Amino acid sequence: MRKSIVVVFLLAGLLLSACGAAGETGTLSITGSTTVQPLAEKLAESFMSSNPDVQIDVQGGGSSVGVKAAGEGTSDIGMASREVKAEELAQFKNMQVHVIARDGIAIVVNPENSVNDLSLDQIRDIFSGKIVNWSEVGGADAAITVVAREEGSGTRDAFMEMVMGKDALILDNAILQSSNGAVRTVVSTTPNAIAFLSFGYLDESTKALSIGGAAPTEENASSGVYPVVRPLNLLTDGAPEGLVKAFLDFVLSADGQAMVREEGYIPVK
Amino acid sequence: MTEQELTPMKPADLRASSASANLRKRQTTQKLSFGLLWLASLIVVLVLVVVVGYVFITGFKSLSWDFLTTAPKGGLSGEGGISTTIITTIYLVALILVIAAPLGIGAAIFMIEYQEQTKAGGKFVQALLQAANFGVETLAGIPSIIFGLFGYALFVSTLQFGFSLLSAALAGACLVLPTIIRTTQEALLTVPVSLREGSLALGATRWQTISKVVLPAAIPGIITGIILSVGRIISETAVFYVTLGGSYRLPNSLLSGGRTLSLHLFYLAMDTNAFEKAMGTGAVLIVSIIIINLVIDLISRKLSAGVRQQQ
Amino acid sequence: MQNKLQVDKAVRTVLLISASLSIVIVVSIFIFIFRSSLPAFKEFGVQGLLGELTWRPANGSFGILAMIVGSVMVTLMALVIGVPLAIATAIFLAEIAPRGVQAVVRPAVQLLAGIPSVVYGLFGMVVLVPLIRRIPVAGNSGYGLLSAAIVLAVMILPTITSISEDAIRAVPRAYTEASLALGATHLQTIFQVLLPAGKSGIVAALILGIGRALGETMAMIMVIGNSVILPAPLNDNPLTVFLSQARTLTGNIAVEINYASGLHASALFATGVVLFMLIMIVNVSAHAFLNRSNALAN
Repeated sequence: MRKSIVVVFLLAGLLLSACGAAGETGTLSITGSTTVQPLAEKLAESFMSSNPDVQIDVQGGGSSVGVKAAGEGTSDIGMASREVKAEELAQFKNMQVHVIARDGIAIVVNPENSVNDLSLDQIRDIFSGKIVNWSEVGGADAAITVVAREEGSGTRDAFMEMVMGKDALILDNAILQSSNGAVRTVVSTTPNAIAFLSFGYLDESTKALSIGGAAPTEENASSGVYPVVRPLNLLTDGAPEGLVKAFLDFVLSADGQAMVREEGYIPVK
Repeated sequence: MTEQELTPMKPADLRASSASANLRKRQTTQKLSFGLLWLASLIVVLVLVVVVGYVFITGFKSLSWDFLTTAPKGGLSGEGGISTTIITTIYLVALILVIAAPLGIGAAIFMIEYQEQTKAGGKFVQALLQAANFGVETLAGIPSIIFGLFGYALFVSTLQFGFSLLSAALAGACLVLPTIIRTTQEALLTVPVSLREGSLALGATRWQTISKVVLPAAIPGIITGIILSVGRIISETAVFYVTLGGSYRLPNSLLSGGRTLSLHLFYLAMDTNAFEKAMGTGAVLIVSIIIINLVIDLISRKLSAGVRQQQ
Repeated sequence: MQNKLQVDKAVRTVLLISASLSIVIVVSIFIFIFRSSLPAFKEFGVQGLLGELTWRPANGSFGILAMIVGSVMVTLMALVIGVPLAIATAIFLAEIAPRGVQAVVRPAVQLLAGIPSVVYGLFGMVVLVPLIRRIPVAGNSGYGLLSAAIVLAVMILPTITSISEDAIRAVPRAYTEASLALGATHLQTIFQVLLPAGKSGIVAALILGIGRALGETMAMIMVIGNSVILPAPLNDNPLTVFLSQARTLTGNIAVEINYASGLHASALFATGVVLFMLIMIVNVSAHAFLNRSNALAN
């Protein structure tokens, strides 16, 4: 019994060290925003299939973690779904920001909801708690359940800046979730819910509303007709070199940007 | 205790008296109350059946050999299987045990086997032993998110290990340490003092006695503790949520991140619409916990059989 | 011989170091979490963190009172739901269950304890929340205290059951025999002799259950809604307070830690300090009761 346990430990150790030795040179770690994460995962997958010796780890954590990880060098590349703040740039002086895509923020409701269009003012009033019933905006007589991201989220920051403005706050009893996916799950299972959601997360489980007549489509977002669009950034500490540069070049290449479009985001080139 | 022992005798001629009316009333109350106790236990078992049954029935569709042996595809679809998360879980379990098992067993040996030496020894050692006992009690009660927060502050940020297997394993080791220490202590206490005295009387040193006599006798109990820790690690999420990063790929070094089964279940449930796969993952988790419980049961049965033989 | 004794000494030192590790870990956990929380405590003071209701990191408000209330409320509700079941099951297992039934109920309780909290959370999300959403009250989203308390009740049940069962079994047999010999029924013996005698152990079980409840994280963030509000009734009926969303201390940390930096992160560590303190109080009192119960058994 004792022997077999020792053997198991040894095997596990061997496995770990063997793996460590094999991929050492071609490893890239990407950390940060959960909004950018799925896109980065797809891009990494494709990059790795054409460069089989490279291993890319994509981890979530959030935009702030992405900025910190890139700035402190714990990751090769950081991901942020918001602008890098001035104080962060002051802290990490060498940080370079690479815009790899643009992302619309959609206002989504449960598919059963009959409302199809809201104005920016109506959205602001709903999220700040001035409008509390769907009947006030042409829907059924039902109380509105507001769902939002937690404080510190890049999507929330962008939404606050572009929709809520300086003074309006998201009402206190909004349901808060810690990722875009979790927000989508709640909206898709809660009949009278409303939330804001990255374009990349849109699917048939939720219904995206037009804002002031502008449908949440890629064309409208890139032409500027759709009002709520923010950049998705990859961050590096200093100018990218070697593998990091190769990966960034791929992301901004025609192939990379085609994948950006495929995933529901707006290409930058 | 059987029913017969408990029911007072009832001679026939007392039936009509008020004493027996009282008795009958008390017996009725007892029957009713016992009925309620049966009901409560039935509810507990039902809750288990409903939760486990629901997870298995909804997860059944996604369960297959392919599900277990293909890697998750990543992205938002929740496509793919769970192979890499199973392997990451195994890595993490192995790493944590490599760190925590020697330390925990060592600590327990000191706390039990060196007790009397300690009493004779200086005040420092006595104070240390008390502190160690307090430490184990406290660690056992600390919520896992605190271990996560600690791991995040110390290993991920201060020591710059990042979100990695290493950070998660160190934080996880703190989590299971009290379990290993306590079960080892209990195992050591069941070894008869006469065995130790015999060995010492034959001229063996204390460490020879411990390593050659006491530990072999305590091994089954210690293994139980280690298996318990395996269960604890498999079902833990909060610690790894803030220390392991969550990459769905296979980790290729101690410093790369990863995703355990429970963490994968959480991501599937929260980030994708793949409920069936989440439930399938849940079913795999529950099966592993059942296996672990069965193994522990087996060992403790063997143990008590052994004790009976000795007697 | 000399050599052997030296080995003996060396081993003893190594073991001593491992034994001191547990207390070293406890102390370093406290130091690291406390140190990281210092900037927030310096900036806002204890009053500004513990006494304020508003938590809006983007606007510089870092009050965690609402989370303290949320944690306490959901824990109390879970106790109300879970404790009667848990104690009844403990009595059942210790006193009246036939061997065959014990062989079913005890492993069931064990398995309940082993099921990962994310599984409970997921079950709560897809089964319990939609069920509770059917209660026709405006503003009831299904996510909230009631869903969370039910999930939590199931999670603390095994802890309370197994420790209480041990406590009841630890009561000396002579007590039971004396009671029965005096003509008491089995039921009277249970409630008037066994439970009072095992009281310290049962109280310890309850307190450990409270500790478990206060510390639960993942299942809570999946079903409680995570809104930073003081739970309040949704309409004139005060009972609707149970349908209110809330956020626990643990949830505050888990939901925001990945996104926080600077003072925000520090305030989350302060949340950890509060949780740590609460748990310490709970544990120390539980162990006081447990020691009393052990003393009785011996």
